[in-house]
Amino acid sequence: MKNSGGIPFKGTEEQKQQLLKVISDLKDTPGSLMPIMQAAQDIYGYLPYEVQKIISDEMGIPVEKVYGVATFYAQFNLNPKGENTVSVCLGTACYVKGSGLVLDEIEKQLGIADGECTNDGKFSLDTCRCVGACGLAPVMLVNEDVYGKVTPDQVKGILDKYK
Amino acid sequence: MGDITLKINNVEVSAPEGSTILEAARLAQIEIPTLCFLKDINEIGACRMCVVEVKGARSLVTACVYPITEGMEVFTNTPKVVSSRKKTLELLLSNHEKKCLSCIRSENCELQKLCKDYGIEDENKYDGEKPQYELDESAAHMVRDNNKCILCRRCVAACEKTQGIGVIGANERGFKTFIGSVFDFDLADTSCVSCGQCIAVCPTGALYEKDFTDEVFAAIADPEKYVVVQTAPAVRAAIAEEFGNPIGTNGEGKMIAALRRLGFDKVFDTNFSADLTIMEEANELIERVQNNGVLPMITSCSPGWVKYCEHYYPDLIDHLSSCKSPQQMFGAITKSYFAEKVGVDKEKIVMVSVMPCTAKKFEIGRDDQDANGLPDVDIALTTRELARMIKKAGIRFNDLPEDEEYDHPLGDHSGAGVIFGATGGVMEAALRTAVETLTGEELKALDFKEVRGTAGIKEATYPVAGMDVKVAVASGLSNAKILLDKIRKGEADYQFIEIMACPGGCVNGGGQPQVPGYVRNTVDVRAKRASVLYDLDQKATIRKSHEVPEIKKLYEEFLGKPGSEKAHHLLHTSYVKREVNRLD
Repeated sequence: MKNSGGIPFKGTEEQKQQLLKVISDLKDTPGSLMPIMQAAQDIYGYLPYEVQKIISDEMGIPVEKVYGVATFYAQFNLNPKGENTVSVCLGTACYVKGSGLVLDEIEKQLGIADGECTNDGKFSLDTCRCVGACGLAPVMLVNEDVYGKVTPDQVKGILDKYK
Repeated sequence: MGDITLKINNVEVSAPEGSTILEAARLAQIEIPTLCFLKDINEIGACRMCVVEVKGARSLVTACVYPITEGMEVFTNTPKVVSSRKKTLELLLSNHEKKCLSCIRSENCELQKLCKDYGIEDENKYDGEKPQYELDESAAHMVRDNNKCILCRRCVAACEKTQGIGVIGANERGFKTFIGSVFDFDLADTSCVSCGQCIAVCPTGALYEKDFTDEVFAAIADPEKYVVVQTAPAVRAAIAEEFGNPIGTNGEGKMIAALRRLGFDKVFDTNFSADLTIMEEANELIERVQNNGVLPMITSCSPGWVKYCEHYYPDLIDHLSSCKSPQQMFGAITKSYFAEKVGVDKEKIVMVSVMPCTAKKFEIGRDDQDANGLPDVDIALTTRELARMIKKAGIRFNDLPEDEEYDHPLGDHSGAGVIFGATGGVMEAALRTAVETLTGEELKALDFKEVRGTAGIKEATYPVAGMDVKVAVASGLSNAKILLDKIRKGEADYQFIEIMACPGGCVNGGGQPQVPGYVRNTVDVRAKRASVLYDLDQKATIRKSHEVPEIKKLYEEFLGKPGSEKAHHLLHTSYVKREVNRLD
C-alpha cells in the first residue's frame, strides 16, 4: 500500500460510534458521501483504510469509490498528522527563491513524500501556498515556528530541534 | 411517449421522446463515433468523440447523452466536428503508449480504428509528458497496463454496475488520474473475482488476460508430453468471430479441426463433463431435498461466481453445490479414468482447457482441485488465446472442414451439456435429469423455456412428483446479489438456483472475443451466441445428461454411482471464506 502504510491505525471505539452516528444521520441524503468523509476526517484527523472501510460498509458502496473521492480532493488526508507538522511554502515568491529544493531536502531527511507521515509518527510533511511572509522567502514552518530564507543545508539542523 | 421530429444533417428523423442524439442518428443510418459510451452502464459523455453541432447551442455537444428536442437541427459531420474529434484523438495519443505493433489489441483496438477512420497523420503531434505505470501482473488471470489506458472508465462501470463489485475506480485527479484499486492494492489482494468483464469492455490494450499460448505450444512440441484439450460449450459459439464471421456463427467443427491441426493428442469436449456435472449435481440436489440439507442449493460451475460468494457472502458458502466445475471434473477424469484406459502415465498428461472465461485461470490454482495428486487442469486458455494460436500456426480457420468430431471416450455429450454456456442452461439440464429421476417416468417436454433468455433474473416453479420445485436463475453478479440478499433475509424459498458471474452466462464470458462498444450498444451479443447453443441442443439426438452412453459407461466401469465415494473424491471440492480486500 502506498499510503498510511507503516502507521498502525489507532482509532477508538468512541470515534467509531461518533462516525456511525454521522453516517446514519446523513446516508440517505443524496450526495452525502463528501460531508460524511469530512466528518470522518474531523473525528480521526485523516482517512485511513479502516475509516474508509467503515464508510463503505455503512453506505453500501465500494471502498474504492470512497478512496477515489479521497484522492481526488486535496482536502482529504490519507495519512495522520505527525507530532510535528512540517510545511513548506510553494507560493510564487518562495518557489522562485528555491523552496522546491528545500522540500526535496526535507523529503530526503525524513524519508517521506509530501502528504505523508514518518513511521514513528514524529513528523508529517505538507506543502502550502503563501503564508504571508514573502519577504522571508523561501519559508518553511514546523508547527507554529516560521523559518525564513531557508537553504537546503539548514534543513537537517532545523528538523533536529524537534527530534 | 410520443415521437420527436428533428433534422440530422438536413434529413428529417423521428425518434422516441427521451432518445439521445446518438440514438436518433442511428435511426437515420448515421453512426456517430463513441469511445467511453456503454449503454446503461457508462453514459458519462467524457471522451468527447461523439461531439456534434446543434443549431443554436453555444458549443459542441456530446451526442451520447444529449437528449433530442422537437425541431432540433443536428450536424454530425461538419469540419468543426471532425476537427474536434481529430484533436481529441491526438490528445489521447499524447500520453498513450503507442506500441501498436506488439499490442495484443492491434487490429481490434477501438482507439486505433478511430485514428485510422479520422486520418491521424502524426501520432506524436502532442508529444508531451507520459506517466510511467508499472504493470499489475499480480492476479492469476489478467494484466493491467495503465500506460495504454485512455480513462474511458468502461472497466470501472463493468466492475461496479454490471457486477456490483467495484474493486477498481479512478484514483487521483487531472494528469495523475489512473484506474486502480483502493490504497493502490495489487489486484490480487482485492476481492476481484476474476470474471474479466473489464477486459471484455476495454477499448484498448490496457487490460488483457495472462497469455499461456507459448506454454501450450511448448507442451505440444515435447514428445514426452501427452497433451489433451477440452473446449467449453460457449467457445464454439464465439470463436468464429475471431476469424471475421458474424456474431452467432457456430464454429464447433472448424474448431475441432483446428485443434487437431495444432497437434493436440486428444480433442475432447467439456460438454462431456457438463453432463457429468449434472449427474452429480442432480444427485446432490435430490439428497439435500430428501435429507433436509442446506437449501437453496446454488450451482458452482462459474468460478467468478464462486469467488464472489466467498468474498461477499461467506456466510452462504454452504449453499454452493460441492460439485467441481465441468472444467475441473474433466481434468480429474482425464488423469484417472482416461489415463488408465489408454495406458498413459498421468504425470505425462498436460490438460489444457479452452474456456470463455478468465476466472478459469484462477480456478485451476485453487486448493482442493488436484484429485490425482496433480492439478486437475494444467493450463486454462481463453477463446481469444486459442484464436491467437490458430492464427500463429497459419491454420486457415474459415477453410477448415465443418464436420470434424470430438475424440472418444470423453467426447460424447447431450444437448443438455451444450446449453451450459447460456444463462439458464445448467438449470434446464439439471431439471431434465432431476425430474426424470424423481418421477421415474420419461420426460417428454424437454424445453424449460421459463429459464431461458437473457433477463438478469428468472424464476419458475415446476410441479414434480407431488411437490413444487421452485427455481431461480441469475446472471451478472449485480443480479446474483439480489437473490443472495433474499436468501440472507430468509425470504427465498427456492430449492435450486443457478448463478453465472457474467451477464448472459458463459457465452458472454470475460474470455470471449471482444466486441467493440459501438456493436455492444446495438446488438444483443448474449442472445446471438446463445442461439448457437440452443440450436445444437435442438438438433442433438440425446438431450438428457443421464442418457449419454459414455457417461453411463464411466459410472459402470469406474465411478459406481453418482455421489459415490470415488465420485466425491474426484468430482467434488470445498470452499473458503474470504475477506473483502486483504490488508497486509
